[in-house]
Amino acid sequence: MIKTNLIKAAATLCVAAATLTSSVHAADTVKVGVLHSLSGTMAISETSLRDVLLFTFDEINKSGGVMGQMIEPVVVDGASNWPLFAEKAKQLLEVDKTAVTFGCWTSVSRKSVLPVYEKNNGLLFYPVQYEGEELSKNIFYTAEAVGQQATPAVDYLLAEGKKKFYLLGSDYVYPQTTNLVLLEYLLSKGVPIANIGGGLSKDKAGKVISAGKYTPFGHTDYQQIVAEIKKFAASGDACVVSTLNGDTNVPFFKEYAAAGLTAEDCPVVSFSISEDEFRGLPADQLVGQLGCWTYFQSIESPANKKFIGDFMSWLKTTEVPGIQKEGRVTCSPMVLSYAGVYLWKAAVEEAKSFDVDKVRKVLESGKISFDGPGGTVTMQKNHHLTKNVYIGETTKDGQFKILKSFDNVYGEPFLKGTFKTSSPAKGETTKKKKKAA
Amino acid sequence: MRKPENLIMMIGALLLLVLLPCLNAYGPPDSALHVSDYTINLWGKYLCYGILAISVNLLWGYTGLLSLGQCLFFSLGGYALGMHLMLKIGKLGQYYQAGNNPLEMPDFMVFMGFPELPAHWVPFHSFGFSVLMVFVVPGVVAFLFGWLAFRSRIKGVYFSILTQALTYAASLMFFQNKFTFGGNNGLTDFKTMLGANLNDADVRRYLYIATVLLLIAVVALVKWLLGTKFGKVQKAIRDSENRVLFSGYATTSFKLFIFVLCALIAGAAGALYVPQVGIINPSEMTTDKSLEAVVWVAVGGRATLLGPVYGAIFVNALKSWATTAYPDYWYIILGGLFVLAVLFAPNGIAGLPQQIKDIAVGWKRRNASSIEPGATPA
Repeated sequence: MIKTNLIKAAATLCVAAATLTSSVHAADTVKVGVLHSLSGTMAISETSLRDVLLFTFDEINKSGGVMGQMIEPVVVDGASNWPLFAEKAKQLLEVDKTAVTFGCWTSVSRKSVLPVYEKNNGLLFYPVQYEGEELSKNIFYTAEAVGQQATPAVDYLLAEGKKKFYLLGSDYVYPQTTNLVLLEYLLSKGVPIANIGGGLSKDKAGKVISAGKYTPFGHTDYQQIVAEIKKFAASGDACVVSTLNGDTNVPFFKEYAAAGLTAEDCPVVSFSISEDEFRGLPADQLVGQLGCWTYFQSIESPANKKFIGDFMSWLKTTEVPGIQKEGRVTCSPMVLSYAGVYLWKAAVEEAKSFDVDKVRKVLESGKISFDGPGGTVTMQKNHHLTKNVYIGETTKDGQFKILKSFDNVYGEPFLKGTFKTSSPAKGETTKKKKKAA
Repeated sequence: MRKPENLIMMIGALLLLVLLPCLNAYGPPDSALHVSDYTINLWGKYLCYGILAISVNLLWGYTGLLSLGQCLFFSLGGYALGMHLMLKIGKLGQYYQAGNNPLEMPDFMVFMGFPELPAHWVPFHSFGFSVLMVFVVPGVVAFLFGWLAFRSRIKGVYFSILTQALTYAASLMFFQNKFTFGGNNGLTDFKTMLGANLNDADVRRYLYIATVLLLIAVVALVKWLLGTKFGKVQKAIRDSENRVLFSGYATTSFKLFIFVLCALIAGAAGALYVPQVGIINPSEMTTDKSLEAVVWVAVGGRATLLGPVYGAIFVNALKSWATTAYPDYWYIILGGLFVLAVLFAPNGIAGLPQQIKDIAVGWKRRNASSIEPGATPA
């Protein structure tokens, strides 16, 4: 009996301990939340964002902090567990009372914390490419919108003379949405529907509800799909647009190479493989394949050189436990996290306050921009960024050689239904035209 | 052991049901006595897990059926209520306010391009129907699966594997956007329930109190059930099913009943979990979640009345704390603890007092026996 009371006491203590640490709040620091998965399936990607955020805070603190206040990071682990993300967000806002949070990778984690930020009027900066179709007043999306990745990539491929597009993705919301937008976009560019591979599925009314081929998470058998692509690509003017996620890329590209397909006859452009992913992927099998992001490590600019140099030397000297020091690279989500912190800093200093409403007002003014490693990014009224988009070709060391850049691309979260079909072959896309803002 | 257990239950119930909510509602905000809304919400979640753990224990600890798919029923209950909450968002939805959703469908349906609300969603406008479904859906799934499995005399590890496969298959199904339950993102961004704002501190407190009441009811039910003849048969099935069978008991019906009952309990816990946590998605059905529930039971004390609740609270509180205090090492802390628990406390937290008593008695006896030979002169 005593024991069980002890257990209860211990459990209560755990909660109390969290409460206590938060009440020790020095006057000259500002608390900033870092909400990423440091364990579980997403840890491999998200840990890098935690690292770069801690680096950014150190860099800012060294140069005097934000409005003279030192950043005090509160790092929590969402553990790739979506309800835990909501719990941690509540903790950051209600217990630690952080001024801002940088975090989330998957859309579902963002969806999980969104109501928490709206309820507590918090501030979240979200740094990873996503499907759009969302606009919360409490979230700023430094991420690539579909129009800053998928459509520029298609533009590039069209200019390269590609006429047939095979859509392939992991089965969840981001690939599905991206491919529906791409379908509309391709049709609007005059690509006939017969030249869009992967299959379409329609509802009873004949409206396309899903375009492209989808495989579940962790899928390993790509033989059949690759055979289909090979047939599709026989004409020599085809390409694959891939939204395959994570480790499914390994069996896919193995099978792709085994089938004798190369980047010359049918390039694959992937939206989910950045430099950081090559730490776990065999880069030599992807040589020549394309990527499209708003930042590449290979960008030749003084700002980028300085960023990479500073980050690498920070990695060597940092004493934060659990940070991998060897073989590190930089990638777009990392740089967008980095940019997010500076945009927030600039907005706070402009507003002369940490108050969320005031900071938001400044951020929405359209005047806050940051000259970062990927070029200048500007926060728009709609909480997304105007930024440069780069198309790159994979090299054998897991980097990208930049082939083309698009400057100052506007971030638009609501793209679906905005493209007019040039040849009215299918009536279904005209239905939702109203959404074009 | 019986009397202290009753006392603990009374004290625990009082603490959870009266003290915590009162301190939350009336405690002066800046004093040490105040219980924050955050804590109440967190405990609401722990206790939902506690109820789930009881259902796992009733199957595993008392009937010998190790179900590795109990989270399926938990999630189904959650989805049933979640669907109602989604429909209640109505005019507050993002697309409705932008003028693109005159039908007031859940937002995800608009952006996945559903022409209209699917027919099976329509009755979930009614709260009563949704609550009914919280029990009916897990119950029916458990009945069908249990009937097929038990009738074919599927036992032991094969049963465990099948339950695991069942929940995995369900999670893959729910992951699909076409399955109309929001795909990977699931159901989220709930606003109101029965007209009350789910973000209100008061509403959160009532949900918490409802969870405690359910927990008390479930504990009482299990306690009562174990005392009946049914409970004895149940334990006999666990210890030697063949003998029970040869004694003329239809073990299949017994097992089926308990399996369905546990699904209902888990479903109810899931329904209370969803409005408190604010999201339900298919990752709740993946097998590791169900395995985690088994771990809570193992840590808390298998085949004890309150052990699963201790286990669920202890492990989850530890997780809440460690994911903040030691974000890099908490898996190691948790893992180490499980190993220690299995090695040194096979009866879990609930068995610790008895274990300590036994050690003390043994120690005393050894001391006494070492003195005895000297005391008797040769």
